Amino acid sequence: MPSILSISGVSKTYATGFTALKEVNLDIQRGEIFALLGPNGAGKTTLISIVCGIVNRSSGTVTVDGHDINKDYRAARSLIGLVPQELTIDAFESVWATVNYSRGLFGKPANHGFVEKVLRDLSLWDKKDAKAITLSGGMKRRLMIAKALSHEPRILFLDEPTAGVDVELRQDMWAMVRRLREDGVTIILTTHYIEEAEAMADRVGVINRGEIILVENKAELMRKLGRKRLVLELRNPLTSIPEALSRYALELSPDGGQLTYTYDNQAERPGVASLMRDLEAGGIQFRDIDTQNSSLEEIFVNLVRREP
Amino acid sequence: MNLRAVWAIYRMEMARAFRTVLQSIVSPVISTSLYFVVFGSAIGSRITEIDGISYGAFIVPGLIMLSLLTQSISNASFAIYFPKFVGSIYELLSAPVSYLEIVIAYVGGAATKSIILGLIILATASLFVPLTILHPFWMLAFLVLTAVTFSLFGFIIGIWAKSFEQLQLVPLLIITPLTFLGGSFYSINMLPEVWRTVTLFNPVVYLISGFRWSFYGKSDVSVGVSLGMTVVFLLVCITIVAWIFRTGYRLRS
Repeated sequence: MPSILSISGVSKTYATGFTALKEVNLDIQRGEIFALLGPNGAGKTTLISIVCGIVNRSSGTVTVDGHDINKDYRAARSLIGLVPQELTIDAFESVWATVNYSRGLFGKPANHGFVEKVLRDLSLWDKKDAKAITLSGGMKRRLMIAKALSHEPRILFLDEPTAGVDVELRQDMWAMVRRLREDGVTIILTTHYIEEAEAMADRVGVINRGEIILVENKAELMRKLGRKRLVLELRNPLTSIPEALSRYALELSPDGGQLTYTYDNQAERPGVASLMRDLEAGGIQFRDIDTQNSSLEEIFVNLVRREP
Repeated sequence: MNLRAVWAIYRMEMARAFRTVLQSIVSPVISTSLYFVVFGSAIGSRITEIDGISYGAFIVPGLIMLSLLTQSISNASFAIYFPKFVGSIYELLSAPVSYLEIVIAYVGGAATKSIILGLIILATASLFVPLTILHPFWMLAFLVLTAVTFSLFGFIIGIWAKSFEQLQLVPLLIITPLTFLGGSFYSINMLPEVWRTVTLFNPVVYLISGFRWSFYGKSDVSVGVSLGMTVVFLLVCITIVAWIFRTGYRLRS
C-alpha cells in the first residue's frame, strides 16, 4: 500500500544547539492508525510540528500524499488536521465561530451541515453558542478535535489526545478514532498511555533521543519482543524455590502459593515442557495454570532501556 | 490565493472588535473627546487661530492621527500577539495560508478598525467645530495609508514582543511622545528655529502635516514630502515583515 506520509532523513537542531531529531525516516501507510511512542523529550512533538509546518526542519524531506511540505505546502497542509497536546483555543470565541473559522482557514467553503455533524459526533452541539472559556477540560479537548476535523483532513495527528482526560472521554475518543479510520482517515497519535497504542494502533513506532529505534506491526512487535508468563497456582505452598528448579527464571509469591515462570516465547526451547517434567519429578503439584503475554508497556520500557 | 482564509481571519478580527466595542471604539472616542474639550477649550481660548484656522478645527487632524497611529499599532500587535501568547498560533502556522495572506488579513482587519475609528472621531469632532475638507480624496488616502503602515508596524511589534510589557513598550515610549511632539496640537512653525529643525526628524510630523493639508490646504512641510515619507515608512515595514516571514523570526522554531 502506498504511504500517505513519507519522512526522509529529517533532522532538527534548535538554535540552542539541542538536537531534537537525528536522520528520522518514517513512512505512514494510508488508512492506518500509527502510534508513536517515546519518553518525554524524545522528539515526538518536534516531528509532528515539522510535518505540520509549525517548526522548520534542519535537513531532510517530508511529503504528504506526494506533496512536498515546503514546495507544495498548500496541498500538503490541506490534507492534515492537527490536535496539539496543549489546550490552545481563543477562549472568548464561541464553539460555532471557532470551528467555522478553522474550516475557512484551511480554504474550505462554509458548510454548516458538516460542522454541525462534527459537533454532534463530539457531543458539542449543545454547546455551540458557548464561549470556549466556559467549557470543561474534556470539552475543550473535544473542541480541539472538532477544529482539526472541520476541514475534512485525510491525515489526523493526535498529540497526546487523552492526556488528562477521564476514562469515559478516553473511551469516546478511542471510538471516534476508530470511526475516522473506517472513513479512510489516517491517524497518527503520540501517547504516554501505552494501553492506548495497544488498544488502537495497527503499527507502532518508538522514538528515543531523536531517533526512530523501531517501527513494527503491533501484533508482530508483541509476538517478537513479547515475553510470556506461566503462572502456577500450587496445591501446597512452598517456603522457597527448590534447588532442582534453580535453572529456571522462577518467582515465588510472598505467600508461597504461586510460582511464576517468565520465558521468551520466540526461543527455540522456551523450557515449559522441561519445567513441567521437573515439577512432577520434584513432587510439586499445582491446581491451576495460566499464561499471560507481556504488555506493550513492558516492551516499550525494555526497548528504551536497551538504548545506550 | 486562499481568499477564504483571508476572509476567515479578517472576519474573526472584526468580530473581536465588535465583541469588545467598549475597548475598541467607545474608549478612544471618549478620550479623544476629552482631548478636544481640554485642548480645544482651555488652550483654544488663548490661541484663537493658527494659519487662519480656528484652534479647535486646527487640532482635529492631529487628534484623528493620534488615535489612528496608536489604535493601528495596538489592534495589529494584539491580534498577532494574542494567538502567540495562548498558543493558538499553531493553527495559523499549520494552515495552507501564505505569509502574504496572513499579513493582508491581520493588517487589513487592524487598519479597517482604526479607519472606522478615525471616521467616528471625525464625526464626533464635527459636533464641536465646523470642519472643512478641501481634499477629501487625499484625506482618505492619508487615512488609509497611515492606518495600513502603522498596522504593519504593529504587526511587527506583535511578532517581536515576548510579553505584554514589550507589547506596550513601543507605543507608549515612542509613538505617543512622537505624536504629541509631531504637531498634533500646534504648528511646528510656532517653534524656535532650532526645535523646528529637530522636529523635522520626527516622522509623525509628515503624517500630521499631510493630513492637515487635506483638510485646510495648509501644511508645515510640503505635501509631496509628507506622502513620500509615509510611503518610505510603509516600504520599510513591508521589508521587515517579509524578512520575518522568510526567516520565521519568533514564529517558527
